[in-house]
Amino acid sequence: MPTINVGRDLLHVALGRTYTQEEFEVLCFAFGIELDDVTTEKAIMRKEKHLDDDGEVDADEEVIYKIEVAANRYDLLCLEGLARALRVFDGTEAAPMCKISSIPRNSMIQMFVKPQTSQIRPYVVCAVLRGVTFDEARYNSFIDLQDKLHQNICRKRTLVAIGTHDLDTLKGPFSYEALPPQEINFVPLKQEESFRADKLMEFYKSDMKLKKFLHIIENSPVYPVIYDSNRTVLSLPPIINGAHSAITLKTKNVFIECTATDLTKAKIVLNTMVTMFSEYCKNKFEVEPVEVVSHDGTKTIYPDLSCYKMEVSLSEIVGPIGISLDETQVISLLNKMQLQAESCPSKGEPRIAVSVPPTRSDILHARDLVEDVAIAYGYNNVPKSKPKCMTIGGRQPLNRFSDKLRAEVARAGYMEVLTFILCSREENFDMLNRTHDVNKAVIIANPRTSEFEVVRTSLMSCLLKTLKHNIDHPRPIKIFEVGDVVTLDSSRDVGASNNRRLAALYCNSQSGFEEIMGLVDRIVKVVRAPHVKFGQNYYVPTNEPEFFPKRQCKIVTSDGKQIGYLGIVHAEVLRKFGIPDPCTFVEIDVEALL
Amino acid sequence: MADKSSSDVEASLLAHLNSGGEVPDSRSYASSLGVTHGELGDVIKSLSAFRIVETAEITKETWVLTEEAKGYAASGSPEAQLVAAIPPEGASKDVLKEKLGSIFDIGMKTAAKNKWIGFEKGNKDLVFRKVDTINDELQEQLKRLESGEVLSDKMIDDLKRRKLITKEKSIWYALKKGPQFVAKRKKLATDVTQEHLRSGDWKDLEFKEYNFGAQGQPIAIGYVQPLLEVREEIQNIFLQMGFSEMPTNNFVESSFWNFDALFQPQQHPARDSHDTFFLEAPAATKQLPEDYLEKVKEVHQCGGYGSKGYGYDWKRDEAEKNLLRTHTTAVSTRMLYKLAQEKPFAPKRYYSIDRVFRNEAVDRTHLAEFHQIEGLICDYGLTLGDLIGVLEDFFSSLGMSKLRFKPAYNPYTEPSMEIFSYHEGLKKWVEVGNSGMFRPEMLLPMGLPQGVNVIAWGLSLERPTMILYGIDNIRDLFGPKVDFNLIKSNPLCRLGLQ
Repeated sequence: MPTINVGRDLLHVALGRTYTQEEFEVLCFAFGIELDDVTTEKAIMRKEKHLDDDGEVDADEEVIYKIEVAANRYDLLCLEGLARALRVFDGTEAAPMCKISSIPRNSMIQMFVKPQTSQIRPYVVCAVLRGVTFDEARYNSFIDLQDKLHQNICRKRTLVAIGTHDLDTLKGPFSYEALPPQEINFVPLKQEESFRADKLMEFYKSDMKLKKFLHIIENSPVYPVIYDSNRTVLSLPPIINGAHSAITLKTKNVFIECTATDLTKAKIVLNTMVTMFSEYCKNKFEVEPVEVVSHDGTKTIYPDLSCYKMEVSLSEIVGPIGISLDETQVISLLNKMQLQAESCPSKGEPRIAVSVPPTRSDILHARDLVEDVAIAYGYNNVPKSKPKCMTIGGRQPLNRFSDKLRAEVARAGYMEVLTFILCSREENFDMLNRTHDVNKAVIIANPRTSEFEVVRTSLMSCLLKTLKHNIDHPRPIKIFEVGDVVTLDSSRDVGASNNRRLAALYCNSQSGFEEIMGLVDRIVKVVRAPHVKFGQNYYVPTNEPEFFPKRQCKIVTSDGKQIGYLGIVHAEVLRKFGIPDPCTFVEIDVEALL
Repeated sequence: MADKSSSDVEASLLAHLNSGGEVPDSRSYASSLGVTHGELGDVIKSLSAFRIVETAEITKETWVLTEEAKGYAASGSPEAQLVAAIPPEGASKDVLKEKLGSIFDIGMKTAAKNKWIGFEKGNKDLVFRKVDTINDELQEQLKRLESGEVLSDKMIDDLKRRKLITKEKSIWYALKKGPQFVAKRKKLATDVTQEHLRSGDWKDLEFKEYNFGAQGQPIAIGYVQPLLEVREEIQNIFLQMGFSEMPTNNFVESSFWNFDALFQPQQHPARDSHDTFFLEAPAATKQLPEDYLEKVKEVHQCGGYGSKGYGYDWKRDEAEKNLLRTHTTAVSTRMLYKLAQEKPFAPKRYYSIDRVFRNEAVDRTHLAEFHQIEGLICDYGLTLGDLIGVLEDFFSSLGMSKLRFKPAYNPYTEPSMEIFSYHEGLKKWVEVGNSGMFRPEMLLPMGLPQGVNVIAWGLSLERPTMILYGIDNIRDLFGPKVDFNLIKSNPLCRLGLQ
């Protein structure tokens, strides 16, 4: 969930009243956001610089609220939108309607899209904010919102990248192109000299903030670039803007371009930017459109601030909540969530027409309206009821059977442990003297550390590791685990299957080979069934590298099927796990006994 | 000295006291009985503990013989022994040395000084007796001292110098009848034996006081893992509420069942490699239900079922990517799809508690794998009010009866509610789980009938267990680093006993 930092005092000004922290928390809880932390700019800076409490930093003592908002509410990612939503929720004001300024089509700013862009980043959408008044707080919020959008919906600029420019430094029409990097030269933001695009990429490899975006275009033969009619570079999306058109506190007219690989998200991002900051335009909530001309000649006007129209029946809304309201009540609840609604003329059941504004891109279905009505009604005011369906409970036979075996082994004096399914290749194979069979184990593609390289194919390393961590415990140590291993299995849709195992480990000054055999004898005795048969002698000698020779065997059913194995753990294996005392280990396939 | 058992000694002492006798000095009484003072002392201690006799302790420092001196008192001084060892015709030094051993040198020296022996002229090796009889003063002194006589200071000094006596503190007692006096006391038993039962003398048994301050014997038993104990109790709650368990033994899952089928868009952050373990082998799923897959693709791309969809280019490759399931909801999804294929529709209550995997940094409260508890009900016309009702039943069985619900976001539930419970110990509301109603975009493509709703909730098994047992590091509860002593000393899980 994204978290935004807003100044408490600025928030109070925007909300039109002050709240105690408790009052504000109550409001957050009801609306579905969370006051995560209360801090100061100073404390945040200290934390970033890893200073102690008295470390001197040059920052404000202003109280900052860190607020966590829902991941699909892009309109709550800045102070402007958050305060607006809370004011409307609180009933202080009605939701504003954002609109396109009416300018003749022939005086509209144009953006021409060149065909090469389809190779790398095919979409661009634009808009203009006229007569904006920035102050420091507004300016910072404007920059922060771009940051938050880049982090969230833009998926770290892969899907969408935002560029904002001082329009008065530029001359339209604009062109969105894709050129070989050697042909692009410009002075990037925060730099003094001009760079060639390929050299710039090299330069940014040491830039902590920007280096993580380079991969998006780095290996492409062409880089996306936006020019004005004087061939001034606006931006090299999604990496950096040009220095020439950088916005400042004095900027009045802002040109916004969003380049993208996903058009739907580009539109949402652009809409979010303009609906939030048109609040500071000379004509409040008015946005100047830009015509985007595709290489095939198609012309589209952005932003698209039209409302998404939905028509729902009253019962569709109140039914899933389990409350009874009439349509006027539902409409006023929808209004509190910034959704315009009106009653539809209808003969039968009451129907409601809902206009979803561009800020609420999260509304996809009538069910989303249900949630908004429930939030506005108050989750904690919904009367509780009981589902009426009669059903009969029951266990999975394998799990019930596993529990019976667990109880049996615990009764035999063993201590149950619970270990991790993920382990390192080394633990699962090498440390057990086993070879890594590539046809057997599930391998993790993106492990953070070596602890998570493979899914265990046996419980043996898990029990030895557990023993090692308790090596000072009084002897004898008798531990067991019932758990799943996973092996590759081409008969399954996903190509792997779990197998339930029972494993036990005995450790003492002597190996306890007979102790473990006694445990196996007990298990064999209690699992016998018409379909699970054991002969007189179910131990068959083996010769595996993890055990001492001649002190190991497999356990077989009367039809010769192997259901487990045991042995005195080899000295080399014990050494690798750091265990000084002899051990005997047994592992049994529980599913084969079910 | 005839051996006497301690019960004989006790009987004699009690008889003596009973017949009006007193014991002013336990030492002389011991010798009158022919036992050592130590043996009598044990009997006295046992009797005085029960106040059958009353004792007055007498302490005195006395001179006692060293081990060396005790030998001289019994067999004579070294010089006397030497003289006795010389035959009338005399003997060579070597012969005498062999006979007398370690006392030879000192015996020779003193015997010569006393002029009891002499040497043959010209042959210093042959020793003669010079006297017929000797008076062994040393032996006499030692015997006198041993029997309790007082010797002169000069004699004491002499013996002390020769390291034949040492000072010792002796304790003895003056005895008389105690307040609990009995002429014959019953035998105090410490245990009941087979013999007592067979012989019938259990009737006369009187037990020695038991030291209840001492701990019992440590016993060798087996133990179950505390986290799994809690799992069992939570399982019982589900079973009581009519839920049946889902088969969750499939850790490897496709992105399709883990995400796409849940209407979780392909660009959702949870699908990042930072959050999910993707697989190198088996990298992709080979088999997906084609008809259903088409419907899922359609609803993501363009919507349908009353939804506008996400409006992006859905990719099959992305859905085929295998992973370690990030939630058991992947299993719930498979179960609901299966249920949707069964006609006519029958309502279900399902639960599971099993392992899920997250590619997250590990810390005190987060592990890369943990257990998810999940419950869901599928039926026509279920409401948010039903969900709240079920959650109150479920959580009150877990001892959390004060609940509050907060709006939340989850891609596959709408409405979504975070569940908070008031923690009496922490005096605050803590988040205990997540819940919601599955989205129509998830249920309708499966083929579930219109009007069927699914209410569901989930929580981790570890968190409530940590709160229950006051454990603040998850690795103390789960994994190879758990201390065996924690497993051994964990109390019974009392969930569900209220």
